[in-house]
Amino acid sequence: MARTVITLPDRARRGDIVEVRCLIAHTMETGYRNDDQGQRLPADLIRRFTCHYRGELVCGAELFAAISANPLLVFFVRATESGQLDFVWEGDNGFVQRESRTLTVT
Amino acid sequence: MKRRLAALLLFALAAQAQTDTRRSGFADMSPATQAMQRDNGVNPAWLWVKDGEALWTTAAGRSNKSCASCHGEVSTLRGVAVRYPAWDAALGRALNLNQRIRQCRHRHQQAEAWPAEHAQALGLEAYVGVQSRDMPIEPSKTPELQPLREQGLALFAQRIGQLNLSCAQCHDGLAGGRLAGNVIPQGHPNAYPLYRLEWQGMGSLQRRLRNCMTGVRAQAPAYDSQELLALELYLKQRAAGMAWEAPGVRP
Amino acid sequence: MTPRRRWMFHTSGLGLSLWLRPASAAPEAMTTALRELTGGARPQTGKVRLELSELVENGNAVPVTVTVDSAMTASDHVRRIALFTERNPRPEVAVFQLGPAAGRARVDTRIRLATSQQVRALAQLGDGTWWQHSVEVIVTLAACIES
Repeated sequence: MARTVITLPDRARRGDIVEVRCLIAHTMETGYRNDDQGQRLPADLIRRFTCHYRGELVCGAELFAAISANPLLVFFVRATESGQLDFVWEGDNGFVQRESRTLTVT
Repeated sequence: MKRRLAALLLFALAAQAQTDTRRSGFADMSPATQAMQRDNGVNPAWLWVKDGEALWTTAAGRSNKSCASCHGEVSTLRGVAVRYPAWDAALGRALNLNQRIRQCRHRHQQAEAWPAEHAQALGLEAYVGVQSRDMPIEPSKTPELQPLREQGLALFAQRIGQLNLSCAQCHDGLAGGRLAGNVIPQGHPNAYPLYRLEWQGMGSLQRRLRNCMTGVRAQAPAYDSQELLALELYLKQRAAGMAWEAPGVRP
Repeated sequence: MTPRRRWMFHTSGLGLSLWLRPASAAPEAMTTALRELTGGARPQTGKVRLELSELVENGNAVPVTVTVDSAMTASDHVRRIALFTERNPRPEVAVFQLGPAAGRARVDTRIRLATSQQVRALAQLGDGTWWQHSVEVIVTLAACIES
């Protein structure tokens, strides 16, 4: 389980546009580096990210080696009804991480 | 020689008291990197803090105890990081905070010892370190630390490596100038452990010191060596009174 | 510092850093990748704003922000935002897909830049049209490295 830091307010008013920040621990090995013996280190990347709000896609991302290690993704969501935000990261070597947060909308 | 060193140390500290020209490496970074440190929501070091937070309450080793079992709330450790390195009377030597955490894990939790730069040790060091955020650095006054601190001062002033440079030449003499596109900082230890962009990960002060030594093409002392600890002790004294920023971000 | 010593300072740190960050002097790769993304459509300049520092102190983690002028309604919202580089080993950085639930057409991330180069952001609006904005960035390298 990779460590994540997800930052967004717990509550918002209907119609507010809320900032969501997602950090995840991952080396994002590019596939261009060599180890100490001169052998190429294979790529190990997070390839795909999605955030759904009450089942609807807010932000999806296809990521490549040029995304920094311990990737940060920041996007926005318009608060409509109270509900869940579901975050999924998927990548090489079967990497999958799921997180959820509840947004209370008044 | 010893008296001269002690006098130098006292003079340096007295000079500081008059007009404080010390500045954190934070001030020498680009605005983009400063923003990265300032906001916990985007600071990559926060991933290690979260790791430390989880470890704090996780039982480990034959003792089946967590850090919390003995230490209680982590907030009670506010003020600890700014005091370290400290003298361990039982061991009869000095320890930095990372070594103290590893020592605790091995001796009290009876778990396998972590090597230097172990990710989880850094996580705990970051978690304990952040409790002292914004406090002034206040080095331990235990008299047993003084010889090691003086050794640190001597090492700071000693030329090393193929480039034959001492720490003092760049970090006292040329701080504020530029080296390969970056501003030369004064080299204060007030943000460690930190996320270094060059490492793409978290590391200790010892790791950074060794990088510098490699940079002047010197043979860097091994992790956990007395020389590195001596330097840490001197650097903390040199930064006494400066605000603690850990866990920081640096380029 | 003598001139010779200054030279040694620069090369001792830089040599290994450059090796660890392979760069490709192939801006054509970016042009090809762009064409693949837009299906041949030529992006116009405007409507998208790419923000990143023009002088970067470490190419491993460069914060970028892409903002697009859009009301983000259900019928008219930014569909995709893409980031490209000119001289990285591979031109694609990220392709974001936004739903109308996003509320604001803005994404932030941190990217790797192997060397000084052009970074380009593209956005596809609700009407299918593509827009772009480029920024030239100078990337400096670290002086003190691991080994």
